[in-house]
Amino acid sequence: MSKYTEDDLREELKTKEYEYGFYTDIESETFPIGLNEDIVRAISKKKEEPQWMTDWRLDAFKVWKDMAEPEWANVNYEKPDFQAIAYYSAPVTVDPNKTLDDVDPDLLAMYKKLGISVDEQKKMNNIAMDIVVDSVSVATTFKKTLGEKGIIFMSISEAIKEHPELVKRYLGTVVPTKDNFYAALNSAVFSDGSFCYIPKGVKCPMELSTYFRINQAGTGQFERTLLVADEGSYVSYLEGCTAPSRDENQLHAAVVELIALDDAEIKYSTVQNWYPGNAEGKGGVYNFVTKRGLCEKNAKISWTQVETGSAVTWKYPSCILKGDNSVGEFYSIAITNNYQQADTGTKMIHLGKNTKSTIISKGISAGKSQNSYRGLVQISSRADNARNFSQCDSLLMGNACGAHTFPYIEAKNKTAKIEHEATTSKIGEDQIFYCNQRGIDTEKAIALIVNGFSKEVLNKLPMEFAVEAQKLLEISLEGSVG
Amino acid sequence: MLKIENLHASVEDKAILRGINLEVKPGEVHAIMGPNGSGKSTLSSVIAGKEEYEVTDGTIVFNEEDINELAAEERAHKGVFLSFQYPVEIPGVSVTNFIKTAINENRKAKGLEDMPAKDMLKLIREKAELLEIDRKFLSRSLNEGFSGGEKKRNEIFQMAMLEPKLAILDETDSGLDIDALRIVANGVNKLKSKDNAVIVITHYQRLLDHIVPDFVHVLYNGKIVKSGGKELAHELEEKGYDWIKEEVDA
Ligand SMILES: Nc1ncnc2c1ncn2[C@@H]1O[C@H](COP(=O)(O)OP(=O)(O)OP(=O)(O)O)[C@@H](O)[C@H]1O
Ligand SMILES: [Mg+2]
Repeated sequence: MSKYTEDDLREELKTKEYEYGFYTDIESETFPIGLNEDIVRAISKKKEEPQWMTDWRLDAFKVWKDMAEPEWANVNYEKPDFQAIAYYSAPVTVDPNKTLDDVDPDLLAMYKKLGISVDEQKKMNNIAMDIVVDSVSVATTFKKTLGEKGIIFMSISEAIKEHPELVKRYLGTVVPTKDNFYAALNSAVFSDGSFCYIPKGVKCPMELSTYFRINQAGTGQFERTLLVADEGSYVSYLEGCTAPSRDENQLHAAVVELIALDDAEIKYSTVQNWYPGNAEGKGGVYNFVTKRGLCEKNAKISWTQVETGSAVTWKYPSCILKGDNSVGEFYSIAITNNYQQADTGTKMIHLGKNTKSTIISKGISAGKSQNSYRGLVQISSRADNARNFSQCDSLLMGNACGAHTFPYIEAKNKTAKIEHEATTSKIGEDQIFYCNQRGIDTEKAIALIVNGFSKEVLNKLPMEFAVEAQKLLEISLEGSVG
Repeated sequence: MLKIENLHASVEDKAILRGINLEVKPGEVHAIMGPNGSGKSTLSSVIAGKEEYEVTDGTIVFNEEDINELAAEERAHKGVFLSFQYPVEIPGVSVTNFIKTAINENRKAKGLEDMPAKDMLKLIREKAELLEIDRKFLSRSLNEGFSGGEKKRNEIFQMAMLEPKLAILDETDSGLDIDALRIVANGVNKLKSKDNAVIVITHYQRLLDHIVPDFVHVLYNGKIVKSGGKELAHELEEKGYDWIKEEVDA
């Protein structure tokens, strides 16, 4: 057998193929490309939205028109032409009275290829699925069980019609329309997404889950997720994403808003493996996401994310710790390979007294990729005894990739305790030889080492998801070898 | 079992092994001694297939097969085991998870299914007992923060789990306290059979009191310059290496 060096590893990482790169030919109804007020109106009309929603979108559009795309992130890419994108695409086979049996067999086949057939998922452990395919929710399961507890879990389009008072009350309260360029865009054109409401004192008995997938060529995906946990309630929410491979760059600009009222707890876990582009850096998804949660008194929000895909990632799941004693957590694994670029991290905004935040970030870079952690810990003047612990670890494979850490701290209260730790390491040849000597080949050895490196974060994922995430880590760095 | 002829190896164009000849038969115990820097660890790495070391001449035959072109993991699958002088740390990977992976990868190479979890646990328990290893120890990250002695005991635990045909123990005794030395040596002796073989690299006689060698070799400047029975080790313990160096350099 040949001598295996880090150079070979780098070579082989390049040849990794995107496992989910196939395209399902479903008849789609796609709007003409471009964005103007008429398109925004048309989206709203298509979705049979009430007037207040149409107005909300139009306001957002006005705001967006005057905004510029942000430039501060450590990523380099050709700016998308927002007039060259179609803003609405829905599989035409959707029936509002859908059951799983009615779902397009092509779609089901697609899920199978992804290893997430709805059937399987339905049977699997306590997971309720709300699947978003190109913007429209096609299948919702477990609705009844949830309904008995008063839990509302449906597509946001449905929620706008069925629970307008809830949507009206919370939509845009955590991520205001004006927040940033992509959030404004999303607010104007969001196509679909999930809505979830957990009533007072209810512990959601199962993990709620959504699979997102970008399918139609040249379409942007703009989902909108709104999750409200009423006082004393608990919910764990899983989000998984994949997109088929394409040469042109697909745009994805989602907004996720979480609201945890007094004593409530929300766990939000994401596994993202959108198409990262090919080995030459062509194609791939642009992922510009705004995720933010608001904690009232004694509330807790945990973000856990495993990011393996997308050509460019711009994403900072954040917590506003408004209520006293509230807790924010951010656990992240970000893998970049080939020409991928990720600028991701979190913001912890401490407003209340005795608020606490924890940040654990694990970045793994291979190929020619650039992996940046960007974090802000902000302690306001009235946030007495606020505490933060941040740990940012980077693992490098080869010499052509980069890892960067940008921790920002703004403390306006002297009682604040802030700790920051950072490490950078490389997978050593000695570690690989040690594994080889025990009969473990290099590919498996790397997977083992990467898993070990990421363990603190993997441990935070719900069981079923952790197994999947581990596989994903292997896939992302695999193909890689032999 | 192992037949090394005229082995020359270098690292970064620096010649380290300069013509080693060594034959190990099933059931035998060979001890290799020699001054610091003489090439003992290099020899074990070369046998195990470390890429950094380039074999420039000679052959390594293991069970009738020239293994020089085989990758390290393939040699491991064939039953070569190296207890490292300096075991490396793998943060976040528990001893259990590591050995489980190793066992299953070895099984996979033989076309076998993964070992059922139940059997795996039983085996782990049995071998941990043999080496008097605390169960809690097994859930710690591999070698991370282990004391010198713990690292060595863990190496032998892995050997016990993998049941190799040829085990090379590179200074497994260094770092072990007196009790641990006895426990580890007993473990090695229990695992010995007429079908497997051990190469013990050591600087001290005390290990050889427990694991009694059939042959003792002295490595000096990349060559085996003297071989003998177990009494040679006693002689070295008494007299040091100067007399051998003089013999060679004369
Ligand atoms: N990777 C390497 N690069 C450069 N020199 C090396 C390398 N590995 C070994 N050497 C050199 O080869 C020689 C033999 O080293 P080796 O580790 O085999 O000695 P040893 O007999 O095991 O010594 P000790 O008894 O101290 O363990 C030493 O001079 C060492 O510095
Ligand atoms: Mg040595």
